[in-house]
Amino acid sequence: MPDEPILSVRGLRKEFGAHVAVDDLSFDLHEGRSLAVVGESGSGKTTVARMIVGLERPTAGVIVACRRDRSRPARGGAERKRRGREVQIVFQDPYASLDPRQSGAVLVDEVLRVHHNHDAATRRRITGELADLVGLDQRQINALPRDLSGGQRQRLAIARALATDPRVLILDESVAALDVSIQAQVLNVLADIRDERGISYILISHDLAVVRQLTDDAVVMRKGVVVEHGPTGRLLDDPQHPYTRMLRASVPGPGWKPTRTLRTSPAAQ
Amino acid sequence: MTALLEVGDLTVRLRLGDEHREVITGTTFQIAAGEAMGLVGESGSGKSMTAKAIARLLPAGAQVSGSVTFDGADVLALQGAELRRHRARVAVVFQDPRAHINPVRRIDDFMTESLRILGDVPRAEARRRAAAALEEVGIDDPAKRLRQFPHELSGGMLQRVMIATALLSEPRLLLADECTTALDVTTQAEVMAILDDLRRDRGLAMLFITHDLELAGAVCDRTTVVYAGQIVETRSSQRLHDDPLHPYSAALVQARPDITATAPRLNAIPGRPVSAFEAPGGCRFAPRCPHALDSCREHDQQITELDAGRVRCERAADLRGRLLASYSPGPSSPGEAAHA
Repeated sequence: MPDEPILSVRGLRKEFGAHVAVDDLSFDLHEGRSLAVVGESGSGKTTVARMIVGLERPTAGVIVACRRDRSRPARGGAERKRRGREVQIVFQDPYASLDPRQSGAVLVDEVLRVHHNHDAATRRRITGELADLVGLDQRQINALPRDLSGGQRQRLAIARALATDPRVLILDESVAALDVSIQAQVLNVLADIRDERGISYILISHDLAVVRQLTDDAVVMRKGVVVEHGPTGRLLDDPQHPYTRMLRASVPGPGWKPTRTLRTSPAAQ
Repeated sequence: MTALLEVGDLTVRLRLGDEHREVITGTTFQIAAGEAMGLVGESGSGKSMTAKAIARLLPAGAQVSGSVTFDGADVLALQGAELRRHRARVAVVFQDPRAHINPVRRIDDFMTESLRILGDVPRAEARRRAAAALEEVGIDDPAKRLRQFPHELSGGMLQRVMIATALLSEPRLLLADECTTALDVTTQAEVMAILDDLRRDRGLAMLFITHDLELAGAVCDRTTVVYAGQIVETRSSQRLHDDPLHPYSAALVQARPDITATAPRLNAIPGRPVSAFEAPGGCRFAPRCPHALDSCREHDQQITELDAGRVRCERAADLRGRLLASYSPGPSSPGEAAHA
């Protein structure tokens, strides 16, 4: 493992008015590794993703990706593009994040055109390679999003993200909305891509089984605060913090019986 | 034991423009009073439409054949006041509570409306019952909640309001359609525990619809698996999980990542789930099934009894006990099934 992390976050904080969405988050992500950010709604996990990718500006703290600071907005187009190349994101809902009038091939080609200086033939070749990588055939990569199933659309969103050749891919609940049989396909594709390209993942998820399958380390957040941080296997097999233990105990499995733990109602949001 | 609910050879076609598309094909099952049955399937399997057919909430223009009998009454023939009474005794809780509540009315109005209108209960009494129902599902300070608007409550709290409301009409059957899917896991555990308590305390029968086999197994004695509009297996939840009879059930059990271990590869099912109207002839799962033979594709599969279960697979007896071991790691990028 290289000494220098590909992504490093220190003392990250985000306030929305009086509300603190993320409070003092720090972690390192090394090349080819995967980190999960786990939490329930309101934990701040999606805000973390948005800050790393540059969709939100941190109130305080430092984000360093590929040795360059990205805590403040980019100055100029070249800098913005470079940041886009280095860190990409795949959202939960592929319906909302694909242009309905643009085929997969045109979409990927556009990303290649904006970010890389390739000729048309090279772009076509790379588009084909990316389609292969995520398991879309010729017909599917040339189809409009509405003619694809949910799983195919999500694979297209992954191909689009990979077109910039990013070092870090953020998966924000990217497999949460998929059917069980399709989810397994996409998780396998993601594991293959990591092996093949040495890319690093940040998986934002509430699904602990998916987290176990895809990540090496995990951060558990609750109401913006990190309650536990460690190797994923250890964290799930032997959770230390009471909240992590409660999360773990809430997952249905063989012999699981639901129990009424929250005797007092949580405050209205 | 006579069944509270009997669904017999139910087939449903939904109108889409000028054509009708089949979403449920020949579904037959029973639920006894106080019994919980899980109905598990992926998108397009017809599981939600089954609930809607039972509650008589199918979209306009739907063609329905077969029978639905609830407590001796022919549900498909109910009209007017009888239909309203049926909907009070069969309560439905859907996935997204915010889509099923009027955002500009207070919780109080929402919860007591049917009592006041259908049951002719005075407002003060209706409010008292609503407060009691909220307490039953673990909501503190019900008087305050009743005065609030839906946007002032969290998703988990609102789903509990929906369940409490469903209980007010003293239903005998609850149709829970992915009712915990949008909730956080800790809230899901809470809601599941509430449903389980209600079943025991009130003898409430439940049809628990979900995509999650483990979740169904936690509260249901018996689970039915549906694929492309057809039942493929019905069995005790425990047996279904440990020793599935249908290749699709086995594939579902094995496709989920395991929270206790990291697998080198997940056992993905190639292709995608299909609806009844796009399913091929013969066995509907055959294009995605590692065990399919030519004869599977040629013959429509019938339900047969096997080892205290019911299964729709001509190879079930053959494959008995071998299904969970038989999925080898496949290629990483499975193509779509030919009929997709």
